[in-house]
Amino acid sequence: MSHSLVKRLSLCLCTALLVASCAKQNKQAFYNTGIIYCSESNPVTFNPQLDTSSTTSDASSHQLYDRLLDFDPESGRIVPSLASSWLVSNDGLTYAFQLRKDVSFHSTRYFEPTRNFNADDVIFSIDRWRLNSHPYHYVSGGRYPYFESIGLAQNIESVERINGYRVEITLKHRDSSFLANLATDFAVILSEEYATQLANAGTPSKIDELPIGTGPFKFDSYRKDHFIKYLKHENYWRTELLTENANITRDIENIETNAKSENSSEAIADGLSKKTDGHVVEQLIFDITPRSSLRLAKLMTGECDATAFPAQTELEVIRARDDLTLAEKPGLNVGFWAFNTQRPPFDNPDVRRALAVAIDKNTLLEAVYFDSATRAKTLLPAASWAFQNDADDTAYNPVLARKLLADAGIKPGFSMTIWAMPVERSYNPNATKMAELIQRYLNDVGVEATIVSYDWTTFRRHLQEGLHDSVLIGWSADNGDPDNFYRPLLSCGAIPSGTNRAMWCNEDYDRLLNSALQTDDIEARTALYRQVNRLLYERLPLVPIAHAYRYQAYRDELEGMTINPYGGVRFGGVEKTL
Amino acid sequence: MIQILVRYCTLFVLTLLVLAIISFSLAYLFPGDTLENLTGLVPENDIQRAALERQFKLDQSYIFQFFYYVGNLLTGDWGYSFTSGLPLREEVGIAMPATIELATYAMLMALFVGVPLGYYAGIRCYSTSDHLINSVSITTYSFPVFWFALLLILIFSLQLDAAPMSGRISLLYDIEPVTGFILIDILLSDIENKSLAFKDALSHIALPTFSIGAIATASMIRVTRRSVIDVKHRPYIAAALSRGLSSWQIFFRHILRNALLPILPLMAIQITTLITNAMIVETLFSWPGIGNWLIQAIYQRDYPALRIGMMAVSFVVITLTILIDLFNRMIDPSREKYERATV
Repeated sequence: MSHSLVKRLSLCLCTALLVASCAKQNKQAFYNTGIIYCSESNPVTFNPQLDTSSTTSDASSHQLYDRLLDFDPESGRIVPSLASSWLVSNDGLTYAFQLRKDVSFHSTRYFEPTRNFNADDVIFSIDRWRLNSHPYHYVSGGRYPYFESIGLAQNIESVERINGYRVEITLKHRDSSFLANLATDFAVILSEEYATQLANAGTPSKIDELPIGTGPFKFDSYRKDHFIKYLKHENYWRTELLTENANITRDIENIETNAKSENSSEAIADGLSKKTDGHVVEQLIFDITPRSSLRLAKLMTGECDATAFPAQTELEVIRARDDLTLAEKPGLNVGFWAFNTQRPPFDNPDVRRALAVAIDKNTLLEAVYFDSATRAKTLLPAASWAFQNDADDTAYNPVLARKLLADAGIKPGFSMTIWAMPVERSYNPNATKMAELIQRYLNDVGVEATIVSYDWTTFRRHLQEGLHDSVLIGWSADNGDPDNFYRPLLSCGAIPSGTNRAMWCNEDYDRLLNSALQTDDIEARTALYRQVNRLLYERLPLVPIAHAYRYQAYRDELEGMTINPYGGVRFGGVEKTL
Repeated sequence: MIQILVRYCTLFVLTLLVLAIISFSLAYLFPGDTLENLTGLVPENDIQRAALERQFKLDQSYIFQFFYYVGNLLTGDWGYSFTSGLPLREEVGIAMPATIELATYAMLMALFVGVPLGYYAGIRCYSTSDHLINSVSITTYSFPVFWFALLLILIFSLQLDAAPMSGRISLLYDIEPVTGFILIDILLSDIENKSLAFKDALSHIALPTFSIGAIATASMIRVTRRSVIDVKHRPYIAAALSRGLSSWQIFFRHILRNALLPILPLMAIQITTLITNAMIVETLFSWPGIGNWLIQAIYQRDYPALRIGMMAVSFVVITLTILIDLFNRMIDPSREKYERATV
């Protein structure tokens, strides 16, 4: 009797255990099918052409769309994307793009594509921001901030269809940063077929609210302040390309069993076999969580798999945990201290040099960035191909500073203002603190500094009016091209548009920048930018301080996450294994 | 009885009318444009503005405006949110049930845990177990709810990793809102992983419910205990004892029902506290309820949302209070001697 009871009990227990383990497997399998990303804010639109904020491009650019070209996140080189190859004419004015075939657009509940991607989509996407007369130009406001800021539309002569899969773009002037601009987050390719359909239905603005693209995920739903939901794009061209390659590799292997396969094809086959394990990401969700501490907490409890912008003070917490990964890369930004070169005595390069050597940059790095930044010698961070490792840099030397000031006729007790920007930016997480430190250093050399701050809008307006003596601010670039740093920050043309905080205009500088754009030869351009660096070191319109790192925190369950210094976060190809 | 019903109805309607007047006047009292505050629509040009003003009778006297406003409230045309641009009715329709769900579970917890414990402590009054229950309940009762909730998050979510700390359910599940109660909606839905989803929702709901429920339970224990002790000292209990009834008989026949009567009206007061607490706890657990929604509206100066949010919350509280009061009166006719209805 008791024996049978024991038997029964143990049987029950076994069944229960079995059920429990099954349930657990089930649970894991289900939770493996979705990635949750805690994003910091609401996107303004789902079309990155219309907005330069990183929130918008995070939520759209690499998830929903593809571009003609991409930046390789490792090397920063321009690599093919929707354009499988391209040719540049000898005069550097005509770019012919060969487009990829068999690239399908998203098919969703609001749009069913009848054709694949072709030249018409490219022409539509570029003409939308390029031509004021384009029927879609003024849909959703008609402002295309990125393209406006670099004046790209004015430089394009024509975008022509050669055949269904070949597009030719002709420029008015040579622009060696043109390809880089086409690879930025903002140069996405929209669907012309969808646009036509919407225009016929009389609801053109839906193109930016219910997006259609060729990217790895398709849009499902969005609730402001809560979430954005994406589903997997079943026919994503990169996945299909991978499958094809792997099949070819296998065929080759079958034929030549003795031949050693190349490492790369092995890796592809590996990747494929991993995919068939069942960890297919079916959905991607952006959980909109504005508070940074809450994002971190959610990451720790596993409610998020990855988060945006961990705060500098939280980095240690993330590093201390075994189940979290903190990826860091030098970002494409620069924080600097700019002098208003139109106001005496800051129009005197010697005075600027005196102030520059009066401060100790390394202390600033430690105190303000908590070592999450590298010391900046020039405007360019190491992630740019034109980075110059041996560039001249000012060194801390208060004795020299005092001497230079005295030579320039600046009496002890001279007073000046340091404007500290009121917002946090990765290139300067705490401008006020930095201003206070600089104040102390300047005090040591006999200069009285006052710290000035307004609310952000007023601050920028007054800066544009040139009311400052000096300002602590910075710049985040959108692509790795050096022109994206040098031109907006210090060229004469950038004074009216309000990005040249030093109000500095130098003909030699502008001439060097322009000649750098006239050639596609990387070596020649690098040499020119070395001259630019030398000029900046001599004239010192601003003191470069730091290039801050970019951080991305994610749980170890995610595989294939790469931090992308050239723009937004990307989830294509990321897998999850609990 | 009919007279009482009529009285309650008038009270109900009058209170709502006062509320409507207040919420209407908010459109004028809030800073900014009255038309925008009232409708949530931002006219793009003067022609549009004039048309909207005509539509909302803003060109007529206040009385007309007000009656048009009440008409809109009744038909469900509540205006639009500044921040999301969605109809407010839709937003409140999602947020309100979430809060009510939370408050309901907390109330159930208070009823099924608090009342029995209160009875137990009352019967065994001044014994060790009574002192224990009493001291635990008074300690819990003294906790500020937000602090208690933070403590729970710290221990159970961040340290033990036992429960999630935000939202109603993992965002991976796609639950169609039918009733607005997530647990019921999961059961009604036809998703694949129903049991998984249900478990997930339960783990999400556990901590917020517990943090509001614990405090409600503590006060319920104290109220019940007091009431049982009062009843125990009534002459009819002594009489029953002298008749030789066993203590169980006395409990079931005399104490149980008599002690319950004074508790019910106190429950009505509890409901307001519960909903307020739910609104506070929501912001901590990012629970997408009306409290969280109102806080967001305050941060973003979303005046139409604030106006309707205040209206909706007061409507729920008043309705519940009056209903419970009416219910009390029905089961306890001795209260009929109080002539006036109360809120």
